[in-house]
Amino acid sequence: MENKRDVRITEVALRDGSHAIAHQFTIEHVTNIAKALDQANVPYIEVSHGDGLGGSSLQYGLSLTNEMELIEAAASVVTNAKIAVLLLPGIGTMNELKQAAKLGAKMARVATHVTEADVAPQHIALAKELGMETVGFLMMSHMVPPNKLVEQAKLMESYGADTVYVVDSAGALLPEEVRERIRALKEELTINVGFHGHNNLSLAMANTLIAIEEGATRIDGSIRCLGAGAGNTQTEVLVAVLDKLGIKTGIDIYKMMDIAEDLVAPILEKPQEITKDGLVLGYAGVYSSFLLHAQRAAKKFGIDSRDILLELGKRKVVGGQEDMIVDVAADIAKSKAHAQV
Amino acid sequence: MEKVKVAILGSGNIGTDLMIKLGRSETLELTTVIGIDPESEGLKRAKALGYQTFTNGIEDFLNHPDLADIVFDATSAKAHIRHAKKLKAIGKQVLDLTPAAVGPFVVPPVNIEEHLNADNINLITCGGQATIPIVHAIQRVQQVEYAEIVATISSRSAGPGTRANIDEFTQTTAKGIEKIGGAKKGKAIIILNPAEPPIIMRDTVYAFVEGANVEEEEITLSIKEMVKRVQSYVPGYRLRQDPIYDGNQVTVFLEVEGAGDYLQKYSGNLDIMTAASVKVAEEWAKHKLAKTSIS
Repeated sequence: MENKRDVRITEVALRDGSHAIAHQFTIEHVTNIAKALDQANVPYIEVSHGDGLGGSSLQYGLSLTNEMELIEAAASVVTNAKIAVLLLPGIGTMNELKQAAKLGAKMARVATHVTEADVAPQHIALAKELGMETVGFLMMSHMVPPNKLVEQAKLMESYGADTVYVVDSAGALLPEEVRERIRALKEELTINVGFHGHNNLSLAMANTLIAIEEGATRIDGSIRCLGAGAGNTQTEVLVAVLDKLGIKTGIDIYKMMDIAEDLVAPILEKPQEITKDGLVLGYAGVYSSFLLHAQRAAKKFGIDSRDILLELGKRKVVGGQEDMIVDVAADIAKSKAHAQV
Repeated sequence: MEKVKVAILGSGNIGTDLMIKLGRSETLELTTVIGIDPESEGLKRAKALGYQTFTNGIEDFLNHPDLADIVFDATSAKAHIRHAKKLKAIGKQVLDLTPAAVGPFVVPPVNIEEHLNADNINLITCGGQATIPIVHAIQRVQQVEYAEIVATISSRSAGPGTRANIDEFTQTTAKGIEKIGGAKKGKAIIILNPAEPPIIMRDTVYAFVEGANVEEEEITLSIKEMVKRVQSYVPGYRLRQDPIYDGNQVTVFLEVEGAGDYLQKYSGNLDIMTAASVKVAEEWAKHKLAKTSIS
């Protein structure tokens, strides 16, 4: 089955989905879902705090369960699938990567803002040294034109990454923008190209199909859309669509549907949909994991969360700057109070 | 007023910024700038300003030890380890602006008094210089169980050294939050933001304090007093909002605008390092001069 895959899918719900449930995954959740995904023949399963290794913090939200325990639990129940971990240099360090590798993680996805790939060489080199498959993950790819993206992707390639991803962290890319980015990378790189979408503008599926059309062979999905913002490309739907297109993923569609329905849906407090805040993320080009933080700040300061998100977009805030949310909310509340006087 | 002679090792951006700051000092007299590239802008500028310059690194200075009693090392961690040994052997006091951390950590408004006679001190990181005073200001009112800081700097002010050793930043800063700030546990995060025009350095401090009641007023007063103290040597250091309280959590938003001496104003992260090192050297100089006048 392994060698019959045209596209290799990474299931990110146990990492990206951490944002959607305020980092409340339990060992039971992870064990059950990872085991079932492995049985459905999903090749890669990502497990980490939503902001990657070491992400448990007041800035991003504290994990209910130590991510190392979650990684260990996932690694212990899979037979064929590889457990992937995300690492954002500046948040997590090589120490956590070593620990994750020891516990059974086999793939390292090293993520940087799309213009800052040069913070990643040490981490990629270490991952290779640890025998891990390595991905360079260029976040907020919508913020730069394709030539800049190519320059940064080439850096990732030069550090030894096996794959480089175009990551639409804000769910802001339009289909043609995905096309030109993937095309440019395919022309200039020799390594695998991947795509990670968010569904804030309801374009995750369309964008993913275009990415594949342009030659992306590594694709991220989140089952039942369990990901930040409006979630990612919905994995079980993607698997079905690709099957209809004659593109082999090697994944069992029926089993994926069951996992989505029986194991993942019950975790979600409410079904993933494109709410007004989710839509604004994509519209303003703001990092998807800001969603719940902006809603909390809006409540605390008695203002509209959309105003916060739009202002963050204007200030060109990048991924990881969650502290800006409360700061901006306080500013908006102050200027509103002023206006009323 | 009598002045203490100082030298700068390293003629890059940091060394050049130090040159300008030291030119204003009332207690320090810059005599010498040491580099390795005679064509560097820093060395050319030093020469034009009439300072003694050496272009083959520390060696020539070792032959002219009378040129300075205090040395600022703005080279690299690797070079500093070598420099530290040689300068100690000839009895110089050394300020280490690299991540080498040979000597104890110093944050001027928190623990300078403990290190007035040190032969080598380390300035931790820019994020540490910006946030540890705040952690300490909370800590002196109420025990900090956990402190976490987020430093956001402009991509333009993060040099290749910072980028290649980004783990060092988070780990060293976290250690400083615990050792000097006094938090039982510390964590640090660094974010690079490429926005144009470049953003000014921002720092956020989150602290969890122990106890059933949070002494909000006292903590806020303590923080504001500390901000004033840091402002005495970094005028562009300021609170963006009053501290925000939520249960046992205190959140403090800071902004650090540089003096714009040689480095750009947005590079508050670099400015706070050079300014803090000058502040420490000035305290050393005052201490030295006081000792001499007594004896």
